[in-house]
Order: sequence, then C-alpha cells, then structure tokens
Amino acid sequence: MEKMQCKCGHVNPPGTILCESCGRSLTEEEQNKKLADMRYEGTARRSQTYNKSIIDKIWNFFSSVKVGVSIIVLLLIAAAIGTILPQAQYVNVPVRNDATIKAYYADVYGEIGKIYHFLGFHDLYSSAWFIILVGMLAISLIVASLDRFVPLYRSLKNQRVLRHPSFMNKQRIYAEGPAPEDSMQKAEEKLKALKYKVTLDKNGLLAEKGRFSRWGPYVNHIGLIIFLFGVMLRMMPGFYVDETLWIREGETRAIPDAPGYFLENKNFTMETYTGEGEDAKFEEAIDRVGSVAKNYQTDIVLYQTPEESLPGATDEIEEVKEHAIRVNQPLKFDGYAVYQMDFRQNELRAMTFDLTNKETEESLGSLTIDLVNPEKSYDLGNDTRVDLLGYYPDFSGFENGEPQTETPIPNNPGFLVRMFTPETPDGEVSFIVIQNTIEPLGENQYKLTFQNAETRDVSGLTIRKDSTLPILGLGGLIFMIGVAQGMYFNHRRFWIQRQEDGGLVLAGHTNKNWYGLKKDLDQVSEFASLPPYIDQQEEIEKQEKLKKEQKLEGDELS
Amino acid sequence: MAEDKKAKKTNRKRNRAIMRLAILSLLVLAIGYTIYNSVTADDVEVLKVGDKAPDFALEDMEGNRHKLSDYKGEGVFLNFWGTWCEPCVKEMPAMDRQYKEYEEQGVHILAVNIAQSDFEVQSFADRFDLSFPIAIDRSKSVMTAYNIRPLPTTVLVNPEGDIQRIVTGEMSEQDIKGFMEEIKPQ
Repeated sequence: MEKMQCKCGHVNPPGTILCESCGRSLTEEEQNKKLADMRYEGTARRSQTYNKSIIDKIWNFFSSVKVGVSIIVLLLIAAAIGTILPQAQYVNVPVRNDATIKAYYADVYGEIGKIYHFLGFHDLYSSAWFIILVGMLAISLIVASLDRFVPLYRSLKNQRVLRHPSFMNKQRIYAEGPAPEDSMQKAEEKLKALKYKVTLDKNGLLAEKGRFSRWGPYVNHIGLIIFLFGVMLRMMPGFYVDETLWIREGETRAIPDAPGYFLENKNFTMETYTGEGEDAKFEEAIDRVGSVAKNYQTDIVLYQTPEESLPGATDEIEEVKEHAIRVNQPLKFDGYAVYQMDFRQNELRAMTFDLTNKETEESLGSLTIDLVNPEKSYDLGNDTRVDLLGYYPDFSGFENGEPQTETPIPNNPGFLVRMFTPETPDGEVSFIVIQNTIEPLGENQYKLTFQNAETRDVSGLTIRKDSTLPILGLGGLIFMIGVAQGMYFNHRRFWIQRQEDGGLVLAGHTNKNWYGLKKDLDQVSEFASLPPYIDQQEEIEKQEKLKKEQKLEGDELS
Repeated sequence: MAEDKKAKKTNRKRNRAIMRLAILSLLVLAIGYTIYNSVTADDVEVLKVGDKAPDFALEDMEGNRHKLSDYKGEGVFLNFWGTWCEPCVKEMPAMDRQYKEYEEQGVHILAVNIAQSDFEVQSFADRFDLSFPIAIDRSKSVMTAYNIRPLPTTVLVNPEGDIQRIVTGEMSEQDIKGFMEEIKPQ
C-alpha cells in the first residue's frame, strides 16, 4: 500500500480514512458518506497498513477485533461445556490419580465422559488448549490495543484547529450561517467557562474537553493484562498453596508447603446448639435434623524452627503463637492462612484393661495403654506385670503366624502381651483385639478385660497462601478505572471557523453522550449568538423514517 | 536525499519487525511457561534426580544424631518406611545384609520411620535384628521436605550430596546391592 497524499498537501500513512491534517475524506467510500467515520479519528490502524512478513501477518491476525471477540466467545463456550460434567477436583474416587479419574469419567458418563476427559474438559483451567486460548486473548488484547492506541494518541496530540469544510459538514452536529462580529470571542469565553481547552489558529477555534476518556479502553486492557499475569503466576510454584493437613489432638506436625513451620493440635471442639435458653430459636431445627452445629474449633500452637535449623530437629522449634482456628477465622502467619475444614471424632487414644482371673473374676489391677506411645512393660505391683510383646494399631489378620497392621492409625488395635502374676510367674501369652482374645500358647488363667477407652479427635485443616491476590486486585482496580474513564467521561470537541463571507461554520463531536454535548452547545449558542445547529444523524433518521412511512402508505394504496 | 529516505524507511521497517517479534515471542514464552507449570504442577515440588538432597538432622533409636551433610564424601541410602507397609518389611532384612557389606566401603543406611511410636519401631528392629540406624520422623518434617508420598521410598544420596536415584516400591537384594554400588565413594 502506498502513502496517501491529501489535497491539502499532507502525506498520510496508508489506510488513513480522514486526512490527519485537514480532515478531508481520503477514500471514495468515505467521501460518499453523509457523516464522517470518527472512530480512531479516521487514522489508519497500524495493522491494516502492512502485511508483508510472516510476523506482520501474525501481528495483523491478533490485531483484529473480530479475532479477539471470537477468542472470547470460544472461551465462554469452553467454560460453559466445562460445567456440564463435574470437574476432576470434585470427583469422588477412592484413590486419586490420573488413571482412576479417567476411569471414573468413562464408568459414570460412558462414551461422552471419555471424550470429555480426552479433550481435557475435566480439568479445564489446566488444559493446555484452554491456557493457549487465554494466552491468545492476552496477545490479542496487547496487539490490538497497541495498534489502535499509538495512531490515536498521535492523531489527537497533533490535531489541527482548522479543518476542511468537508470534514466540518460531515460531523453529526453542524451549523452554518451569519453571526455577529464578536461571536467568536464570546464563544471562546463561554467555552472556557465550561472548562473546555480552547486553541485558536487564524480564523478558527478548537475547543476540547475530556480527551483522557479516549484512553479508557486501553487502561481497561492494561488492567486485564495485569489480571491475566496474576492468574499465570498462580500456576508457578510458591505463589499459590492449597494443602490439607490432618492433625490429631496432641500431635505436632510440619505444615506442608510452609517450610520451617509446625502446628500442634492442643484440642478440637465441636459444639452444637442445645435448643435451650438463648439457643431456643434453634429448637425447631434441632427437632427436625437432630443437631445443629455451633462451632468447630481447633486450638493450636504455631511453632517455627530457628533459622538454619534442619528438618527433623523438632526439639529446636520455638513457639510463635497460640490461636483458636474456627470456621472463617483462620490462623494467619507469613502470608499463609490455615482454615478449619474437616474433622473426625473419637479416634482411639488409650485403652484401659483390668488383669483378671478368669475363674474368680478377681482383678489384680488395671493398666492403661497409650496407643500413641505404648510402653514395653506395665508393672501392677505384687510381682504382677504385663509385658507388651507386640502392638498392631490397625490389626488386619495373621500372616505366617505374625499379626499384621494395615495402617499406622489405631482403628482396630491388637496387643500381644505376656501376663505375669504370683500364680503364673513364667507368664501367659495372650493376643487381644477389641471383643476378642486369643490364647496362642494354650489355656490361660488370667486375661485382660477391657474397661474403657480414651479417644481423641482429628482436625482437618487447609493451608492456603495466595501471593497473587495483590496483583489480581491491582488488575481489577485498573480495569475498573479504565471502565469509569471511558464510560463516565466524554471527549467533547467543537470546531468553529469564521468564513470569508463573515458567516460561521460550527461542528461538534463527542465519543458518547450527545445530549451532554448539545446542552453545552445550547449554552454557548445562546451566549455567543451562534447560528442554529442541526443533528445530522437525527435528520438522516427522520428522513429514513419518513421514507419508510411513505413507502408503507404507497404499499397500502396499491 | 531519496536514498536517505529509503534507508530510513528500511530502518523503520526493521525496527518494526524486531519490535513485533519481541512482543510476540515474549507472550508465546509466557504461555509456554504457564503450560509447562500447569502440566508439572502436581510434582513440581517433588525432588528430582540431580537435585541437592535437602539437609536434615534426626536422632536414631540409640540417641545418635544423624545429620545428612555430615556424610558428605560418603553415600547415604535413605529409606522411608513404616511397620504397616508390607514391602518395607520385606526389604529390611536384605538391606541389613547389604549394609554389613557396604558400611566399611562408605555407604550408610538411615531408615526413616514415619511418625510411629518408639515401641513399634523398637520391637520391629528387635524382631529383624536390624543393625543400621533407624530414626523416627515424629513431625513428618523430613518426609515433607522430601515430599515422600508412597512407602517405601528410597532416596540414594551420592558422595557429592546430590540425589542419585529415587526408588519407590519394594527392592530386591540385587537392586539394593546395585544401588549401593552407585553411591559408593570412589
């Protein structure tokens, strides 16, 4: 494409619609229009001007608003499809891995589920193609904004006061006619009073207000880009933490993904409403559903290892603070937040037995086995003691005569014990599980009788950290500033020229809110006795309407 | 004059191409990196072969302190286990035999139990008559630092202090011997 020289002598970049200098229409199409196309001030969008190398072609592709809108539509459709079947993170599988999740979709949703999983809809936001699509949107935002902002900025910065009559009479607001000698000065005075910036050149005047409103869309796009950048950071290690920690009362545990920090669970409480006194208002609900939770709370102590301390050396940890974690009242430290999310109640903690004579049922004393830290031997005095030979917290059966444990959690504790009494100084071996006693080496005289058990609760906590929130917030704020800038402010302009015959020509333009522009102009016209203006757009619409009506009438007649 | 203009024009064109290429490639890189991160998100914190083995200090059942960095120049066979884990139990006697063979050649075994009680660990060691040091990771902090998921997991640390190999699942005696050779100081 060639550069375009206007009749006024100015050389415009290829693709320009309205001469940058005088405002004449440069294309035939534009010349035939009744109103000038004022988008981007009639400048050439840079993308349209060159189309040479492959880079230019890619650039031009992303510069297109049509492409940008298409990407947004595709994203919306994808997001909508992503809501049809549940996302992988909400799928309930016993063992969570890629294979089981894949199988879940195939089993539960059949062929559709398979395709859904294959295309990555089950984990949409992590799908490569979805990320690529969002990335393309970011490229489109940046490229399209640059291509439009740069020429627009240049054009508005260098705008001339004097415009060609063909530019003036193609503006929507237009007036021409005789006016008193002093009307130019008076118009200037009034426009200044209305906070317009007025520039004079020879016989002409340009009044301008609110130009910054034109930057609104670009500010808005900067906000979006920052927002997308924040979302991108979220996927980087260290910026976003979302971990689960199950911690039993009395335990001290390293906090996952928070190196050097430890939590001790002092106590877990679950309270329900009693339905009496102040809680009377819950009575009905309690009758209906049984119980209504009032509070879930974990009393914790936060510890930190001193600097240069190593993992494993827990004896060096120092207390940072005590805190009660409640629902919506997390523990906060160093950018992390620890929330109360879940609980399990009544896990076995300790068991108490009586050593009794099977015949007489006489007790020789009792012992309490701490299931978290069992002892080797329990002395009951009087030459009576119980030795613990084996402890199997989650007894699952025998293998080659050896008791097995399924997990390290005391769900079904089994004890292999040797009992010594004055009557049985050599000891009797017994294997005890809940509600069952096995005597592997023959009939015993004594047995351990279960008395009672102590339990403890397990608290399910979630550890969260999101360092990208300030970035997302900033992006959102800039986005909103851009919106306000473009929506609530208008770029209003008037061009007035004194013609050789003494008459005045006036044109007005705004990017939105023509009503406001007219109100301004009414005041100026009255004060400076300007010729009456017309709204050419309305004129055109009126005429079209008239034509239509006439046509209708004609149709009816015939 | 005309040549001047032409030179200017080609200059401008080149600048434009460079500018556009720079912006586009920067954005494509950002997208690529994001995808890389999302694909590797689940195991991004897991240690990889060649990484520096995170230092730690644990006390064994005899009360001796074992600090990983103290074994620099020697190989360390780091075995994470629990008494409830069957394959862990099965490989322990083989580990013990190989330990006796390789200890003098500068390969140490440290078996790290995951937060069980002294009684359970001690009676387990007694039952198999294990001679290598066993330590209990009471707060699971070493487990967290090494991001150990399945048991058993064995991390082989070479004399330079780097991770030579990570083995998940049961090992045969032959495997153990081979791994010991790998981390034996020269």
